[in-house]
Amino acid sequence: MEIIVAILSAAVRSGTPILYATLGEILTERSGVLNLGLEGIMLMGAFTGFSFTYATGNPWIGILAAFITGMAVTLIHAFLSITMGANQVVSGLAITMAGTGASSLLGRHYIGQTITGLSPVPVPFLHNIPVLGPVLFDHDPLVYISFFLVAGMTLFLGFTKAGLNLRAVGDSPRSADSVGINVQKIRYLYTIIGGGIVAIGGAYMSVAYTKMWGDLMTAGRGWIAVALVIFAIWHPLRAAFGSYLFGGVTAFQLRLQTAGTNIPTSLLMILPYALTILVLFFISVRQGKGILFGAPASLGQPFYREERD
Amino acid sequence: MNYGVKVEKRLYRPKWVSVLIPVAGLIMALIAGGFFLFLLGVSPFEAYSEMISSSLGNSYGLSETIVKAIPLAMAGIAVMLSFKMLIWNIGAEGQIVIGALATTAVVRYAYVDNSLLMFLMMFCAAGLAGGLWAAFAGYLKARWNVNEIITTLMMNYIALHLVDFFVYGPWRDPASLGFPMTKPYPEVARLYQFFGTRVHIGIIVAFLLGILFYWIFKNTRWGYEIKVIGENPRAADFAGINYVWNVVFVMFLSGAIAGIAGMSEIAGLQGRLQHGFSGGFGYTAIIVAWLARLNPLAILFVSFLMGALLVGGDSLQIVMRLPLSSTLVIQGLILFFILGGEFFRRYRIKIFKRKVK
Repeated sequence: MEIIVAILSAAVRSGTPILYATLGEILTERSGVLNLGLEGIMLMGAFTGFSFTYATGNPWIGILAAFITGMAVTLIHAFLSITMGANQVVSGLAITMAGTGASSLLGRHYIGQTITGLSPVPVPFLHNIPVLGPVLFDHDPLVYISFFLVAGMTLFLGFTKAGLNLRAVGDSPRSADSVGINVQKIRYLYTIIGGGIVAIGGAYMSVAYTKMWGDLMTAGRGWIAVALVIFAIWHPLRAAFGSYLFGGVTAFQLRLQTAGTNIPTSLLMILPYALTILVLFFISVRQGKGILFGAPASLGQPFYREERD
Repeated sequence: MNYGVKVEKRLYRPKWVSVLIPVAGLIMALIAGGFFLFLLGVSPFEAYSEMISSSLGNSYGLSETIVKAIPLAMAGIAVMLSFKMLIWNIGAEGQIVIGALATTAVVRYAYVDNSLLMFLMMFCAAGLAGGLWAAFAGYLKARWNVNEIITTLMMNYIALHLVDFFVYGPWRDPASLGFPMTKPYPEVARLYQFFGTRVHIGIIVAFLLGILFYWIFKNTRWGYEIKVIGENPRAADFAGINYVWNVVFVMFLSGAIAGIAGMSEIAGLQGRLQHGFSGGFGYTAIIVAWLARLNPLAILFVSFLMGALLVGGDSLQIVMRLPLSSTLVIQGLILFFILGGEFFRRYRIKIFKRKVK
């Protein structure tokens, strides 16, 4: 029992960076923009989060810096895909390359350094609940903020006018435009905010999870998040479920490693990636061919007011 | 006098635009990269002149540039094939690695004492392994619409860990002092290298592939079908083009070529399988293909330029102690500017005189 609680608790911890990235991408994609630069944005977030925390000693300044950097990097993607109508797949890859390169170039002097970072703050009373307490309420504040973010985004997308406008822009920019919504503005806004949230996921890696800077430390989590958006059918609650599932696999695999099994580490490391393919496969088979169920209908397509579709 | 600016769609596209945009993009990326280096406290002039002189300035540098261009050209052709039909094979890196893995398996378990036979066996094994590795993602895409960007990417990570399993485990050379690498290949399994340089026979394979696919896309019905699928899958379906089969087959070819790139890299150059041997050729190939506007012959030329960039990056690492990732930044910047430049292929900016009343 204790081992299960430990693994579940670790699942939440190691699922949190993926959760932030997935939530950010959901916001972006709901507006109709596909951002495949998550891996690079996360790495930039991880780097700025670490370096600002290192310099100031205050992890929150690091996280704020990561958020701002994430928005700045994503602005390039937003400009290319929204204003210039560029190919969003290639632009996202370019973001990943530039972000990966820049983070390891800038971070080269920080390798091996450590910070105090964020430490767990048990929630009063709630953390005493058996099982649920240690699993959910004995973490650092960034984990709790992600709970609020899931709830907030669910409410925002489902029940507010701004959320409705956002979904309209992603599904049918032409109709949204005809009722007076500024499509370009909304796309810019949510693409950039989404990128900022993704970067917080990266910062979680360096500021809360490992408390150090390592080259390429996100190790594909950005790409796993891209897959999880599809798994989540663009819904924040399912994103949380998917992220913790992946966190669970990572935690389980780490546990097996430390327990000293005969299975070589490199084969265990394959698990999360293989699981991503498997999950994506099942979700796609269930939905059948054609447009993915729940996908914003105009995902990846630029919109120009003056032109006919 | 009053001037106004407006953006309008091009009705026709002058030839010079298609040449000017990539060139201008490249130059602007180098300027932006220089600015980035400047911010890091590195003199961009010093860095660039070091890069150019080390990669193009002498015969050794030139041959090293060609050596890097070989896998880039092959992998560039590989991803170009899938991009032509708008299938995003981002997995060339993994397919290269799997090709190298299969090559090493052949050398270990099916060794024959004849270099031609050995070459053919390695060629086929690497092609088959890389091809099947990619076709798996292609089949999932074609049959169940499983997003191929994600599957090919995840399979890159899987391939890298798979190689790690072998080079850290059963295939590790006992004499390697703990380094994760296999024993060196025997001489028979090495590719021919020209005139005492490190340029190996892979360059011929790359050229043949470039010419072959240029011809296929220009002259054959199948090449035309691929383009139709890329431009309008629905129209292709109506025209009776078999979508599923073509996706699987193109992905197989794509992966096979990438796998052969892995074989030529390892048998032609490095002579042993080791941890992290590819170092991102599969990703750089995406830029090569895109810069070349998916033209097989242009890919040969662009891969040479990219090869020079990589060699220059290597020397920056040694001489100026900048990490190898500096070249990644420049690669990303090149893509940004090329993508931005695409806009000017479709639109033009017109400055006009406003009538003043």
